[in-house]
Amino acid sequence: MAYSGLRIIKEALSGHKGWKPAWRDPEPKGQYDIVIVGGGGHGLATAYYLASRYQTAKVAVLEKGWIGGGNVGRNTTIVRSNYLLDGNQSFYNLSLRMWEDLEQDLNYNAMVSQRGILNLVHTDAQRDAARRRGNAMLLAGDDAELLDTEGVRALYPFLNFENARFPIKGGLLHRRGGTVRHDAVAWGYARGADRRGVDIIQNCEVTGFRIESGRCLGVQTTRGFIGAGKVGVAVAGSSSRVMEKAGLRLPLESHVLQAFVSEGLKPVIPGVITYGAGHFYCSQSDKGGLVFGGDIDMYNTYAQRGNLPVVEDVLESGISLIPALGRVRLLRSWGGIMDMSMDGSPFIDRTPIDGLYFNGGWCYGGFKATPASGLCFAHLMATDTPHEVARAYRLDRFRTGHMIDEKGQGAQPNLH
Amino acid sequence: MMIDHPLLGLRDAQEFTYLGDASLIDRPDWQAEDAQETFHDYLYLRENPAGEHRELWFHETGDRSWLVVTRNTLTHEITKVELARDVARARGRSK
Repeated sequence: MAYSGLRIIKEALSGHKGWKPAWRDPEPKGQYDIVIVGGGGHGLATAYYLASRYQTAKVAVLEKGWIGGGNVGRNTTIVRSNYLLDGNQSFYNLSLRMWEDLEQDLNYNAMVSQRGILNLVHTDAQRDAARRRGNAMLLAGDDAELLDTEGVRALYPFLNFENARFPIKGGLLHRRGGTVRHDAVAWGYARGADRRGVDIIQNCEVTGFRIESGRCLGVQTTRGFIGAGKVGVAVAGSSSRVMEKAGLRLPLESHVLQAFVSEGLKPVIPGVITYGAGHFYCSQSDKGGLVFGGDIDMYNTYAQRGNLPVVEDVLESGISLIPALGRVRLLRSWGGIMDMSMDGSPFIDRTPIDGLYFNGGWCYGGFKATPASGLCFAHLMATDTPHEVARAYRLDRFRTGHMIDEKGQGAQPNLH
Repeated sequence: MMIDHPLLGLRDAQEFTYLGDASLIDRPDWQAEDAQETFHDYLYLRENPAGEHRELWFHETGDRSWLVVTRNTLTHEITKVELARDVARARGRSK
């Protein structure tokens, strides 16, 4: 059943009785060609592209809870392609181009909104860095525009331009960046995958892997053994816990990132703003709430909630940038578990175990990567060769010295 | 979170900065045959457990001591706090 404007009108006239569930709730079969562990954005996208682009016949997605309940429903919905390093640029460039076509591809309204992302600069050195990044983005085929103070003022007159310590000197504007309705991404991929025959199996937790003679033959789950020609793991913050069951240690730490939403307001922030003098980013959802976030809590954790010092820190940064925020009431805050890698960049790679593949290490930037991550992981699993834009995302890159350290922080995951 | 400092009593976790897994105390022998391999594992691989985790905290805005804190990563409950110096010496380190 294709969705369309005509269909909505037709259903409205007939009491909305014709809508059907967007995906089935199948019983797990005994054997699949490919099993994806993790029904988040990346897992569902992988299954969708396996079925739609790589003609894989029998695919299942196993999710321990319900789809869309993890980080794909917990992020601040920002999509962008403003990376500096070679290993990242072509990947995020592809991802942003895929976001632009996503809704037509999926026949699903994901509310893709290219409202522009503005990274503010507050010092001469930051302006130089922004110019360099902007030039790198242009060379990679993305868009970038360096604004001066007046250029920023024309877009956002209510920012605190006269801050004595951190005056706003300008900003790097990435017009094709923006926001996407995150739940709709999970649902759209789930529906698209389901329509192409993928079994999405919820409430099915993987408890172990069956590995014989160095080859993965399937997974043990809370709903019995499920055999698989290949198994792909895309479980974000739970990566270390799941891969440990296959005897693998990963270059990852799990940290919590908090996000916040205010009460609904009339339209006030047209795009996405990031503060250059503190870690704070903000946009306004279509419901009117200001959606914002800041730093991770800095310590290892699997609890999907953070502590108050970071709440205070984020709100201080926010109010120092947008003084008017002081009059706004905070509605909700929540946390998601990030798989923070040792260089701040992700992995899409084989593992030392035949037939077992890993997708993770997205730190707190996984949402924007969803389409390209799914496509590249599907490509890797279907063809056993890395996709050309994801060649750098190897698990062994620390051994060979090919780190992709955008921030230049070294092997300290909580600083990326 | 409050950390029960062995010398100073309960202190707010905000006074500390976090480094990571306490296994970072056990720096490998740089002259060993397999030093390249062991340093890779030491520097880049982590157990990253869900549950009890021994980790290094630095009392940056306090007495500037390093602590080994045993904390549950699922509940944030802290069950043990030791001076990192004592832990290192118990493992045969000189300091």
